[in-house]
Formats: sequence, structure tokens, C-alpha cells
Amino acid sequence: MPALIATIPIPRDLPLPLPVPEWLLVVCLVVFFLVHILFVNLMVGGSVFVVVAEWMGLKNKRWDALAHEIAQTVTVNKSLAVVMGIGPLLCINLLYTIQWYSANALTGHAWLLIIPLVIVAFLLTYLHKYTWDTWAKGRKKTLHQAIGITAMLLFFFIPVIFLANVNLMLFPSEWEKVRGFFSSLCIGNVLPRYLHFMAASIAMTGLFLAGYFGRRNADISHLDDFTCPELRRLFYKVCAYVTLGQFAFGPLVLFTLPSDGITTQVYVIIFSGAAVGLLTLWLLFGELRRDDTRIGSRYWPIAALFSIVVIGIGSGRHVYREAALAGHKAAIKNRTERYAAALADFNKNLAAAPAPAGQSAEQLFMNCAVCHAPNVKLVGPPLTEIAQIYAGNPEGIVTWAKAPGKKRPELPQMPPFNHLGEASLRKIAELMLEKGATSK
Amino acid sequence: MDFPSFYLDHLAGGRLIIGLIASLHVLINHPLAVGAYPLLTWMEWWAHKNNRPDVDHLAYRITFVVFIVTTTVGAMTGVGIWLSTSIFAPFAIGSLLRVFFWGWFLEWLVFISEVALILWWFLSWKKADKPEKKRKHIKIGVALSIMSWLTMAVIVAVLGFMMKPGEWNQTRAFWDAMTNPLYLPQLGFRTFFAVMTGAVFLWFFSFFFTKKKGALNPDPRRLREWIIYRLSHVVLISLLGTYAFGTWYWNAVPETMKANSSVALLTQEFMSWHRQFQTLLGWTLIAFLMVGVGGLDRSSMIPRWALLIPAVLSIWLIGHFERAREFMRKPWVIGEYMYSNGVHKDELAFLQSEGLLKHATYVKHREITESNKVECGQDIFMLACSRCHSTTGLNGVIEKLTAMYGPDKPWDSAGMQLFIKGMHQTRTFMPPFPGTDVEAGALVAYLQQLRTHPQTLPGAQSAGIVIAPEALKPSKIADSQPTL
Repeated sequence: MPALIATIPIPRDLPLPLPVPEWLLVVCLVVFFLVHILFVNLMVGGSVFVVVAEWMGLKNKRWDALAHEIAQTVTVNKSLAVVMGIGPLLCINLLYTIQWYSANALTGHAWLLIIPLVIVAFLLTYLHKYTWDTWAKGRKKTLHQAIGITAMLLFFFIPVIFLANVNLMLFPSEWEKVRGFFSSLCIGNVLPRYLHFMAASIAMTGLFLAGYFGRRNADISHLDDFTCPELRRLFYKVCAYVTLGQFAFGPLVLFTLPSDGITTQVYVIIFSGAAVGLLTLWLLFGELRRDDTRIGSRYWPIAALFSIVVIGIGSGRHVYREAALAGHKAAIKNRTERYAAALADFNKNLAAAPAPAGQSAEQLFMNCAVCHAPNVKLVGPPLTEIAQIYAGNPEGIVTWAKAPGKKRPELPQMPPFNHLGEASLRKIAELMLEKGATSK
Repeated sequence: MDFPSFYLDHLAGGRLIIGLIASLHVLINHPLAVGAYPLLTWMEWWAHKNNRPDVDHLAYRITFVVFIVTTTVGAMTGVGIWLSTSIFAPFAIGSLLRVFFWGWFLEWLVFISEVALILWWFLSWKKADKPEKKRKHIKIGVALSIMSWLTMAVIVAVLGFMMKPGEWNQTRAFWDAMTNPLYLPQLGFRTFFAVMTGAVFLWFFSFFFTKKKGALNPDPRRLREWIIYRLSHVVLISLLGTYAFGTWYWNAVPETMKANSSVALLTQEFMSWHRQFQTLLGWTLIAFLMVGVGGLDRSSMIPRWALLIPAVLSIWLIGHFERAREFMRKPWVIGEYMYSNGVHKDELAFLQSEGLLKHATYVKHREITESNKVECGQDIFMLACSRCHSTTGLNGVIEKLTAMYGPDKPWDSAGMQLFIKGMHQTRTFMPPFPGTDVEAGALVAYLQQLRTHPQTLPGAQSAGIVIAPEALKPSKIADSQPTL
């Protein structure tokens, strides 16, 4: 299929071995990524809860206090999201060097924008948090809300850039069609994955806050009119209903995936995960039916089951990624090896060839001929002029060439040639004088 | 050659962007994290010991600023160096990650604890209201100071390695790279520099925080005198340390790289600025000395605005140091292993004999003909030159050639081809041309066309990629067929 070779780029891999066994990197990638994405979920979901609760607080102050409390968690979670993102980034750089960097470059403008966008979003969340009490009324409150909404919208957009890259790297056969970030969104199934991610952010933040406000030493004395069980029930409810919705988004993601990497294994992992998900949901709705004294007693089993679901999704994704890229990775390996063999052959012959004798004066002079012609001014003065200035004084040329100054305002300054060595410079200087004297 | 070329033509590729992100990061990391945390911890301890709530409150207010800046701009520019090199020099960052995996992994673990500690330290400051709680709080500050210094200690190993790979080339061993000969001098230089500038930035913040009286700041003048007097000791001692380690560092920089450094300081055309540079360096030292020595004895006489000068000058100094360090590395991106355009040292002769186009992935043609010469030249420019040069913008190739060959006469193609082939000898900071004579000719054809028809060269992030079929002998295609 020569047509295929023409459209699927098969680059060479870097000629350095992986620093650790591949399986270890895979385990690290899956686990570290899930930890990272958990904090990203809490940051994105948290910003939504803050905006909604602050808006509800306009009518009833108690929601405003709750929003302020949630805002305290967002600034912590955002710092952890960044720092926990470095590990998986390190692993993906190593495991999918070619595919990952290629996707980054093809969406380059957006990829670079991540830096300022995240900085602005973070600064806005701090501003939002630390102006809560001072910008509390009238116009200032509106401005305050606008800041919260802007930060939230930025948190909505930034994941799209990452998703576009994670998605694009899977389909090298589509790379040729990409013309910038927005066109990359048409490849694969970015949108369903995004919906799945956003829903997970809300659900996970719901679960987190149910635990946060329900923890044994939670101090909610400043949250008037709220009780611990009430908050716990509220956030449990959000988590339960959104997770129910995931049973629509999840299959949407699965069925819109390009068939490249779909294997039985992927289905088995994903559906096992979904089965545990159903169990989790059953427990969650069970919790909601308990009375205030007992709600939350199953929090840790639920959290543990959620972790299993999430590990299932993460592993399923990895298995899909490996299957989708298996052919590409094999082709890259093949080309890398062929290139290395050809290179080794060439270098062997090169080493076997007799070492070249020291360069002749004529060969050395080629370094100078680029700028100095016999009798016309090229870049520097012609040889005839040089021969006049340094007649009988080759040492003068050597000294000059080692550390040239700037004599002629109309010409660029000559670079130093110290690296050629005293002996070679002397040879060149003598040849120059000879050539300069004869080319009149 | 193996990655789509991200390229911002008017900005000399994108190098400037990496440079700006990296400088901003260092500007925040050195003074505010590495330098300031230990000084702020020390202030907290001193205030606790001597019962001076005003000093404690000043330390807290400065920490608030440091906390906000380091956890937003500081953290994201650190990640940003990585994100930007990923698209601009994937070959280099990819190789460094494979060699330095454990270094980076360690760096990550230390960084996690640094972030956790700064969150803990700052957010629990005002809750530490009893002596025993305060003592515990001070210990968190000590741990934070150690961790932030450690993150720098690990990263400096990577930087030192890129300058002088030591034994790494022979053994490819991680620890060899880690113990390379530039490591200790650079670490010492940066440590003292960080503490010196950290102290100066504390002065800078004191400019704002010792203005008005407050409940916790009853005597702003006394507080300002205190901080000037105390920190002037720190500034003077670390000034000596910076000088000592700077000298050691300079002497350890390889000779060839040193030859570049007169250019490195302000690039070729700014050579005449050299004297200005020395003058400015002199003024910086004088400013540090004046405030430092003045603070020792006559701290009441130092006016508030004088505290701003060393801070501004140190911003300039940091930026300049990083720029010179980066430039001195040339023509290598990883010393003696990989050139700045991604060509490996050991494949140079091979490519010069076989040709760049034959082995690159993202090129339009494999064979150069009279009709596709300019297009081939453009691809060669992208592969061999675009990591440092723009076409017509910053560090533009046409601008450089005009300086050589003149603006008003035709340029001699044969001469240009000769120049390109020997360029590495005349401009030692540029990598050797990694292609055949015919390819050098195609490059010249493109440059000539670019001169008469200046046109921006778009990168893969907007123009996408083109993939010519791999150049193989027909008989070989069958057995090298990738299974897709």
C-alpha cells in the first residue's frame, strides 16, 4: 500500500533508550494521570460550584457564605492540579515522544496559550477569593461575580487544548489534514470526551465536597443556616445525578471513538468499569435515602468504588491508545532501526578510511575566500589591498585574524579565527600575500 | 527532522518566547522562592524570639505576595519552559528527558513537597497563635526553604549538563551528567545570587509595606531601619559568594564556549554595547554595595526609594546572565552531542553525504530539480536554520546576509554556497550545514528568492505538514512496508 506511506508520517524515534522499563512508565502514566485529573476535576468543578452558589447568594446570603468556603478549596486544588500534572507529562513525553510532540506542534498556537491562560485563570481565582469581603455590595459585587465567571470560563476552555492533543496524538493518519488547533477538533471524538470530562468534574467535586463538609472536624460555624448533613446530602445529590448522566456520556464517548484501537479487551475493561459504576451509583442513592444521623457512613466505600471505576476508565483508555498506535509504533521502530544501521555502516567506513592529511594552504584559504576575492571587494577587502597593507608582514595578518577589530565603517566586522590555530593561520597569511601580489 | 516544525517567523522561530518564559521563571524562582523563603523564615523566627509582632507581620505580608506570585506565574512559567520547548525543540527536550529522567522525577517529587509546604506554611501562618504552634510553623518554613533550594539544585544539573556534558557522552550514565564539572560552581553562584536578590526583593516589598502605620506596625520607620540593617549583612555576604562562585564558574566554562562569550554578551551587532554593559554592571555592584554598606551603619539615612534601585538592577542582571549562558552553549543544544538544529554530532557526516531531504520526515520533495529548487530550499531552511533564524524578522537571515553582501548589489550565488558550507568555521557559534552541496545550492536559491520576494514562512501550527514518500529503492519497499 504505497499510498498509505505517503499519508502516514513515519518519523524516526530519538536514538536514546527509554530510561526505565516501558511497563513501569505505563503504570506511572495511568496512575499519575488519574491523580492529576482528579485535582483538575476539583478545580474546574469547584469553580462552577462557586459561581452558581455566589449567584444563588444574591437572594439568600447563606449561599454566598458557602460559595466563599468552596472558593478556599479551589485555590488549593489548582496548585495541586499543576504540580501533579508534571509526572504524567514526563511519562507521556517518554512513552509517546513522536506522537505527543507532533500533536503539540500541530496545535502550537493553542498549546503555547496554555501558559498565559492558566496564569490569568489562577490570578483571577485568587483575586476572586481575596476580594470576597471587600467587594461585597452593589457594582463591586457584580464585578466580583464577573471575575468568578471569567475564571470559570477559562477553566472550561483550557482542558479543550489538552484534550485536542491527547486525541490528535492517537491518529497519525489524520495529521496531514490538520491546519491549526481548531481544525484538530474535528478529528477523533474531542467533543464527547469533553462532555464526559466536564460531567466528571461536577460529579467528583460533588463527592469531594460531600466529604469535605462532612468530615469529623469540619468547622462550619461560619456557614449560617447550613448543617453538616444538609450539605452532605446536597453534594451527594449532585454527584449521584451527574454520575447517572455519565451513563449517557460514557457510551457516547465509546461509540464515537474511531475504530482504530477498539479491541475486545477495551470493551471488557470499559464495561467492567461501568458495572462497578452501577454498583457505586446504587450505594450513592442508598446514602441519599438515609436520615441525617446516618448519611455519609458509606462515604469511604463509595470513594473506593469510584477509584476503581476511574482506574478502569484510565486503563481502558491506555489499552485503546496502545492498540490505535501499535502499527505506527512498529513502523517508527522499523524506520529508526534502518536509519541507525545505515548510519553505523557509514560511520564504520568513515573511520576505516585513511585519516586526511593536514589541510593544504589552499584548502585552509577556502575559509577566507568566502569574503576575500583576489581583486574585487566581496564582503571584506580584496587580496590585492591586503597584500599592500601587510607586504612582508604575514605575522600582522595572523595577529589581526586572531582578534580582528573594525577599521572600515562600510564593512561588517570580521569574525575571529583563533580556532584555526597559529600554524594554519601563518600558512594562510603567506598564501594570501602571494595571491595578492600576483593578482594585479 | 522528525517533528512538525512549529515556527513563529517574525520572532526568530520562537526562541524569544522560550527565553522570555524562562527568564520570567528564573526571575521569580531565584529571588522569590530560593532566596526569599529562608529569609522570611528567619524573620519569623527572629520576631518570635525577640517578641516583635511588627517584624512577623511584615514577613507575613511579604509572604502573601511571594505565595501569590510563585503559585501562579512562578509555577506556570516553570511548566511553560517545558511546554514551549516541546514545540520548538522537541528533539532536544525529548533527549534531555530520556537522559535526565531520574533527575526530573526527583525534581517533581521535591516540587510536590515544595508546593504542599508553601500552601501549608502560608495558609496556617495566622493560625499559629501559641508559642508551640509558632515553633512548629517556623519548622515548616525551614522545610520549605530546603525544598525550594533542592528544586534548583536538581535543575542546575540539567543546565550544567547542556553546557558541558562531562563523561556523559561515553557512558550515557545519569550520575556522570549529574556530577559534570560545571555543576558545583553554577549551583553556588545561583544560590548566593538568589539570596542576594531575595534580600533585595524583600527590601523592595518593604518599600510598600513600611509606608503607613497599622495596628501591627506601630513604628514603620523603626521597622524599615531594622530590615535594612539586617538584610544589608545578607546582601554583602552573598555578594562576595556570588563573586567567588561566579569566578569559579567562568573558569570552568569550556574554552570554545568562552570564545563565543564576547558575542554572547549582546550578540554580534551589539558588540559596541560591551562598554555600556560593563558600566551597568559596575552601577549594579555599586548600588548593592551602597545600600548594603550604608545599611550596616547608617540605616536611618537610606531613603525609601533607594530600596527600589537594586531590585530593578537585579532584574536586569538575571535576564542578562541567562541570555549569555544560553548563547554560550552554541552551536550545541546538548554539548558535543546535538547541534541547535537537532542534528546529532555522529550523523553530521552521513547527512552531508546523503542529504537532509532524503532522511527528513516532513519535506515536500526528496530529489532536487531545477523546478522544485526553491521549495526544497525552503524545507532545508526550516530544517537547518529555522531554530535560530527568521526569514525577514528578528535575527532574520536576509538581514544577516545583507550586512555581509551589501543591500544594493546582486548577491553571488556561488559565493553564498561556499559561505554556507564553511559557515561553521567563520561563525563558530553556528552549527555546520548538515546537507549536500546540491542542498546548499537549493538553500541559496530560496534565500535569493526570499530577498527579492520577502515572504513570511508559516510553521506547522498554521500551514500543517507535507509528507513526501520515504526515498527507498523500489526493491526495498516490499520488505520495509509498515503494517498499518
